[in-house]
Amino acid sequence: MQGLPLLSLAIWVPIVAGIAVLFTGGDRNASAARMIALLGAVLGFAVAVPLYTGFDPQQGGFQFGELKPWIETFNINYHLGIDGMSLLLILLNSFTTILVVAAAWEVIQTRVAQYMAAFLVLSGLMNGVFSALDAMLFYVFFEATLIPMFIIIGVWGGPNRVYAAMKFFLYTLLGSLLSLVALIVLYNAAGGSFAFADLYRTPLSMVLQVFVFIAFFMAFAVKVPMWPVHTWLPDAHVEAPTGGSVVLAAVMLKLGGYGFLRLSLPIVPDASIHLAPAVIALSLIAVVYIGLVALVQTDMKKLIAYSSISHMGFVTLGIFLFNAQGVEGAIIQMISHGFVSGALFLCVGVLYDRMHSRQIADYGGVAGRMPVFAALFMLFAMSNAGLPGTSGFVGEFLVIMGAVKVNFWFAFAAAVTLITGAAYTLWMYKREMFGAVANDHVAELKDINIREFLILGALALLTLVMGVWPQPFAEVLHVSVSELLAHVSYSKLPVQ
Amino acid sequence: MEYIAPLWPAYPELFLLVMACAILIADLFISDDNRIVTYGLTQMTLAGCALLTFFTGNAEPVYTFSGMFVDDLMADALKLLTCLAVITILVYARAYTAARGMFRGEFFALALFATLGMMVMISANHLLTLYLGLELLSLSLYAMVALQRDSVQATEAAMKYFVLGALASGMLLYGMSMLYGATGTLEITQLAQLSVEGVRAQAVLVFGLVFIVAGLGFKLGAVPFHMWVPDVYQGAPTAVTLFIGSAPKFAAFAIVMRLLAQALGAEALVDEWRQMLLIMAVLSLAIGNLTAIMQTNLKRMLAYSTISHMGFLLLGVLSGTIDGYGAGMFYVVVYVLMTLGAFGVILLLTRGGFEAEELDDYRGLNRRSPWYAFLMLLLMFSMAGIPPTVGFYAKLSVLQAVVQIGLWWVAVIAVMFSLIGAFYYLRIVKLMYFDEPRDTAPVRAGGDVRVLLSVNGLAMIVLGIAPQPLMVLCIEAVRASI
Repeated sequence: MQGLPLLSLAIWVPIVAGIAVLFTGGDRNASAARMIALLGAVLGFAVAVPLYTGFDPQQGGFQFGELKPWIETFNINYHLGIDGMSLLLILLNSFTTILVVAAAWEVIQTRVAQYMAAFLVLSGLMNGVFSALDAMLFYVFFEATLIPMFIIIGVWGGPNRVYAAMKFFLYTLLGSLLSLVALIVLYNAAGGSFAFADLYRTPLSMVLQVFVFIAFFMAFAVKVPMWPVHTWLPDAHVEAPTGGSVVLAAVMLKLGGYGFLRLSLPIVPDASIHLAPAVIALSLIAVVYIGLVALVQTDMKKLIAYSSISHMGFVTLGIFLFNAQGVEGAIIQMISHGFVSGALFLCVGVLYDRMHSRQIADYGGVAGRMPVFAALFMLFAMSNAGLPGTSGFVGEFLVIMGAVKVNFWFAFAAAVTLITGAAYTLWMYKREMFGAVANDHVAELKDINIREFLILGALALLTLVMGVWPQPFAEVLHVSVSELLAHVSYSKLPVQ
Repeated sequence: MEYIAPLWPAYPELFLLVMACAILIADLFISDDNRIVTYGLTQMTLAGCALLTFFTGNAEPVYTFSGMFVDDLMADALKLLTCLAVITILVYARAYTAARGMFRGEFFALALFATLGMMVMISANHLLTLYLGLELLSLSLYAMVALQRDSVQATEAAMKYFVLGALASGMLLYGMSMLYGATGTLEITQLAQLSVEGVRAQAVLVFGLVFIVAGLGFKLGAVPFHMWVPDVYQGAPTAVTLFIGSAPKFAAFAIVMRLLAQALGAEALVDEWRQMLLIMAVLSLAIGNLTAIMQTNLKRMLAYSTISHMGFLLLGVLSGTIDGYGAGMFYVVVYVLMTLGAFGVILLLTRGGFEAEELDDYRGLNRRSPWYAFLMLLLMFSMAGIPPTVGFYAKLSVLQAVVQIGLWWVAVIAVMFSLIGAFYYLRIVKLMYFDEPRDTAPVRAGGDVRVLLSVNGLAMIVLGIAPQPLMVLCIEAVRASI
């Protein structure tokens, strides 16, 4: 296995499979398109697994490196490599792709080939973001992910899909264009290199660092999304098809968190530390205020979208605490949120496919009709509320621990989410699943089929495993996180 | 005949001139049914011209005709690209012109003379040669716009184009006369030398420079000299709009290089014209992008988009560095490729006597023809500058050139306006993919158009994955010539 360029495979296998799917043509060959797509997704995951088994958690730096010249005029290289953080996100992404393809099996009936192709290409591009070690390569992958997602929301989305797709695209483009200028400025400061390694060691003045930090912040904060630039997310989630919501919540938001860890912190450490209080304040607003906003939502998808923003607030909070618990907690939280929010959107998808409504008020007493589904949904709801023993608890607990070390009141405010999170999730669960059967439609509901059971079951298993035995996830992180923090603690200000 | 030798650097132009005259005469004896023969001859002439350009190419500049004509790497590259672009234009335009009674000998003769004009402009090493080429191109284009005699719109566009074009030529000529007054020479290489050494009449030189920049602004269609662009783009028959919008930009770029970078490229003068170009570039980006949002006519929208692209092109040029000029050339090549493709799709969707220039005509194109919708998607994302399409690298290299000279705030303005620009390109994608078609007729195209358009569209992504060779070509061409 050593000789294979595994990272390239993880990027290009899904993309090539996606293009292959397109060649099946119109909807007459829909079943062929589905089969090829599933095959591509499984293969994509299969090439990502050796990354984990072959990964040496004790070794620092980047592993599975690949380096080829790409655009020599600008000294841009096709430079790939992963550390612990990227590894987990690549696995999450490749795994989610399989679920998304499977979840669309019977649900998507129009333009199946294009739907599958968009998701596979998106998956490959996101693996590219997580493994790029050249800032321009990172940027190209980062931006390119917008195209398939734009198509996914706009073509297979709900009634207001055009507005949501446009908003999604332009919002995220705004941030990334500024970071493009910042990257070019850095390129000149580093003497003509986009390589992360060169950018990491280039000394930068405080003014320049703050400028670069703000530009990066625009890109990544929109992606995460942080309050107050979060407003695109509820729109995008509500209008996107189930698969789109799942990928958006489970993986795409992580591009923002990953960007902070890979670019902002190491490239402009002084500005990051200097501006951390502001970021922490925004994160806490997201955690507390958006948690309250989630409480009053009447649309299930909107509720989960706001819950996502609130949970991602934990991620940015953890990152900007600059201690091991905080950063590790943030990464664990990203992975856990990937499982849980993905699962919750799939659950909403299951209900929506049967009832064609996302309004909580249209449901009631579903548990009696769909007992298996109700049990699984319960688990995910609990995990979303941060119940110990589920994955949702681990990340939040670590971040709160990290926050206590910095400032008790940070931790206190963050811990409020354990109450609001439980309130909005469980209240939604109660209104939908328990009580009297709300109407005739609910009375006719059928429980989940074997395909849906397998998808949700796999996620349930992961949620539990991560909750009771987080070791396999955490151990690959230790060295990467401590290296990152050691790097951040050195000032990059030029010596006078 | 010592003083005009050697003749070989001008072989492509001579060949083109002879063939254009021959085709003009031969066409008299060809009946309307056999007009395809003229078409074939024209295409073969252009292909021959491209080959000649390729084989007479040389890395070192060669001067001939008493220093009035230069053959250098930049000229070879741009001439080759011009010939290829014109070939593409004629292929895309064939069905359209045939359906509108424009598939006549005049069209081809004018196209060939326009091409000759562009090639002379590109190879000019003397202000009079440059002007000669420019007028040959412009007059051919005026006539082409007016070729559809019974169309009021086209006649109006031709009139507007002619009046404003003549004004621009006048400005340019006036500026040239000032340069002559200040330096006593019209030869570009000598001008370059004199302006480096510094001339006594510096004020006259700068005064002339202002008129030259204004004239170039007119020809490029940069704000505030852009008024003719939308009307001419919309009024002209689409095939002619395609012609005006694409290949002549190579020639326009070449004269910008010859006049500003070469003749007036001295450090002190660069500072003078940089200010002017900067204002023109920023205004072009602003007005081009903002006005394009409001358009419902695709041709008009692309006209405003052209204005904003010219703003980006000027940003590359104003940096005044080899990297910047190279970025400008890369940008213009990419721009022409995108324009060819976009107008190719517009021409493809016109059927019989119907135009397809309203945005609504693109509704649901993905249902009617997924392949052409996909090509148009690539073209639109490339125009918006979204990676991994080649449009992104064009913008990247221009931005890098601008940041390199310390104008990072200009780069911020430029990206903000391209964000606004992204909106109207996305709207086309939205119409094609998200909306239901109003007209379900399948899209039909001849084999030649299908192949060429596919190559054209896929070039967006192929060059996006491997932009290196084209970038190197552009930078080397500029380095060898400036």
